[in-house]
Amino acid sequence: MKALRNYLDKIKPNFEEGGKLHWLYSTYDAFETFLFVPNTTSKRGVHIHDARDSKRTMIIVILALIPALLVGMYNVGLQHYMAIGQEVSLLNKFLFGLLAMLPLIVVSYVVGLGIEFAMAQVKKEEVAEGFLVSGILIPMIVPIDTPLWMVAVATAFSVVFVKEAFGGTGYNIFNVALIVRAFLFFSYPSKMSGDQVWVRTADTFGMGRGSVIDGYSGATPLGQIATTEAGSFSEFTFHGITGDPLSISDMFFGFIPGSVGEVSTFAILLGALILIATGVGSWKTMLSVFLGGTVGVLLVNTFAQNTIMEMPLYYHFLLGGFAFGAVFMATDPVTSARTERGKWIYGFLIGLMAITIRVFNPGYPEGMMLSILLMNAFAPLIDFYVIDANIKRRLKRAAAVSQQA
Amino acid sequence: MLGECEETLRGTVRSEVVRICPEDFQGITPKLAVKAGDSVKAGSPLFYEKNQPGMLFASPVSGVVTTIERGEKRRILYIEVKADATTEYLDYGIKKPADLSAEEVKQSILDAGIWFLIRQRPYDVVAAPGKAPRDIFVTGFDTAPLAPNYDFILQGQEADLQAGFDALSKLTAGRIYLSISPKSSNKGLREAKNVIITEFDGPHPAGNVGVQINHLKPVNRGETVWTLNALDVAIIGRLFNKGIVDLTRTVALTGSEVKQTGYWKMVIGTQLKQLFQNNVTEGITLRYISGNPLTGVKIDADGVLRAGHSQVTVIPEGDDVHEALGWASLSPKRYSAGCTYPRLKKAYRLDARLLGGRRAIIVSNEYDKVFPMDIYPEQLIKAIIAFNIDKMEALGIYEVAPEDFALCEFVDTSKLELQHIVRSGLDLLRKEME
Repeated sequence: MKALRNYLDKIKPNFEEGGKLHWLYSTYDAFETFLFVPNTTSKRGVHIHDARDSKRTMIIVILALIPALLVGMYNVGLQHYMAIGQEVSLLNKFLFGLLAMLPLIVVSYVVGLGIEFAMAQVKKEEVAEGFLVSGILIPMIVPIDTPLWMVAVATAFSVVFVKEAFGGTGYNIFNVALIVRAFLFFSYPSKMSGDQVWVRTADTFGMGRGSVIDGYSGATPLGQIATTEAGSFSEFTFHGITGDPLSISDMFFGFIPGSVGEVSTFAILLGALILIATGVGSWKTMLSVFLGGTVGVLLVNTFAQNTIMEMPLYYHFLLGGFAFGAVFMATDPVTSARTERGKWIYGFLIGLMAITIRVFNPGYPEGMMLSILLMNAFAPLIDFYVIDANIKRRLKRAAAVSQQA
Repeated sequence: MLGECEETLRGTVRSEVVRICPEDFQGITPKLAVKAGDSVKAGSPLFYEKNQPGMLFASPVSGVVTTIERGEKRRILYIEVKADATTEYLDYGIKKPADLSAEEVKQSILDAGIWFLIRQRPYDVVAAPGKAPRDIFVTGFDTAPLAPNYDFILQGQEADLQAGFDALSKLTAGRIYLSISPKSSNKGLREAKNVIITEFDGPHPAGNVGVQINHLKPVNRGETVWTLNALDVAIIGRLFNKGIVDLTRTVALTGSEVKQTGYWKMVIGTQLKQLFQNNVTEGITLRYISGNPLTGVKIDADGVLRAGHSQVTVIPEGDDVHEALGWASLSPKRYSAGCTYPRLKKAYRLDARLLGGRRAIIVSNEYDKVFPMDIYPEQLIKAIIAFNIDKMEALGIYEVAPEDFALCEFVDTSKLELQHIVRSGLDLLRKEME
């Protein structure tokens, strides 16, 4: 480490004011602060500071995402080999998923971070860490077979217009990763929907070559129930890509078709534990999303008219992006409500809206993304009313005093 | 934090010269009352407030004014007085506050040049003598990191303390609220008369007068309250009991880099170098702080005790430390109030590093956790940054002082200078309103 430090000190003058690489100063600074805690000391104000900084916060979120990422990668391989009817080892399946995932991760980070670094340089600021999380979230919520150029375009759009146009990390109104997904779904609907995208059937870098078996269907469980012709839920069964029925444990552990991050509710819960234990994610938001979902499902169950309206509560939580959205998307502090009371309302409405969109919109079986984006837009309004209550209380107090006088 | 102060009185510190820095007195435009070469007694004025010529600022020692150091725009940085071997006090006469009228009490304190001990909310500045306060709030304990123990300092000053309360009670038509901790044992505090005593329990900022006001009787728009700490009340009492201005404080020397901690008696403006000599860690850069590590003022190794402080802290500067991959660190040396680091030790050796880069406000609910008032700190800070007067008023700017945001600034992941933001907001607001 000492040699590295000396090297950094040696090249630093090149990047400082007047140095020939000054136009890369933000980049240098980003790497330097990544490697070493900056030794700047406080000039005025408090003399001591908490060890937690923005980097620590973001790294905890990434850590919490790792279980879902690993299980998701394994599942990509699992689904692929099931689709081509080959039996391979667990490690092979994971390797296939890893290879399929890597290009997406690389593209997302290169495009997003590239723009972030450039913007930071233009604004003469330090590079903010926000995209470290967004960059891993993006490949986890888009279909595994999304063409790379689309990911690149969508990421660039999202970072530039949703984040940087508003001022960068901390100022954005909408969740950057979700906008990427929304952009893809609305811009390339023909490529993004249907049964083909959720399971990778083609080979990856020559690995897992084979042809799809007979009776294959890559539809996600939510896609299946949205298009089913069964008259009631009791006549309906979810099936896997080979046509076999899916068990609850398949859904819980994540062996179903879907985007990488969302499939394993188990891994998501592990992530939730990490977020709650470290205090990085708000348990209030998470809990209230599930509460809102519960109320929504109980309502539609009561007035059930068709199969999806009859679908019981636990399927809603296990399938699709409900749990993933609740744990990782709704809790994004920048786009969520910022007051504690606001978080209860914000989360509750996300859960409720997600169920509503799922059940009453047959063309679009996944409601979580739209419902979170919708509530992103409303979060400032919720905060406004929560804070307004505090302001009114203060005015009332003042009025009471002046009346006495 | 490491470096808790040992409860022993180790002696008296006298320095050859004392320096008084007018910037310690918030909200004051100083006008000199002396020039270099004048001789002064302890209690005679060094300068006065430009807009309030009756508000004097006393010299803590007798001697000769040697230097008046000015900075940019001829701002007075400090007034240096060469101290006599024995202090001669200007005689103000022993008085009993109970027998005086409100006007007489006020005049006595103003004339003696120690009015600055009384501060006011809104704006957290030296109180304006012209405006009668609704109530007066006194905090009887300090909860800041490594803070001195008021019980210990006030031993033997019980009579002065009571005289101070008696004097203050003349100055308001309202009440005097004294806040003590459940651990307070000093009789002068616990059995004080003429005051309403409330107990506050809990970690910092329970001892901050702003928090206490917010819980007892919050400040509304248009109201003024005065605030003091119990140590300053005793100094006011001393004026009436002894008839002299004795600005001696019992000062706690604290911090992880101090070899022998303890209490010393000294007047404000005393040079501290003899206190530090052979008594601090050598070989690393140090940060000397007059006051506590949250709200104190950075001073040099030959700096002086600043006017409002009863604590001096020495911690490592930390600018020579290069910690690798801090974001991944599991080192037990790193302290965080949150849960993103394992907490294995009871006391930590903290240095002056920011431990991160400046960012926009990202994490929510971070300030609220260390801001126990019925106020939304984050939204108030944003209103101050935007300088939206209506919003600031609506969100409670009149109730807060920079020190109330010290803990927010400590925990802030975005490493913003919150106290500075609040201070400049209050100053600007005061300019607009007055």
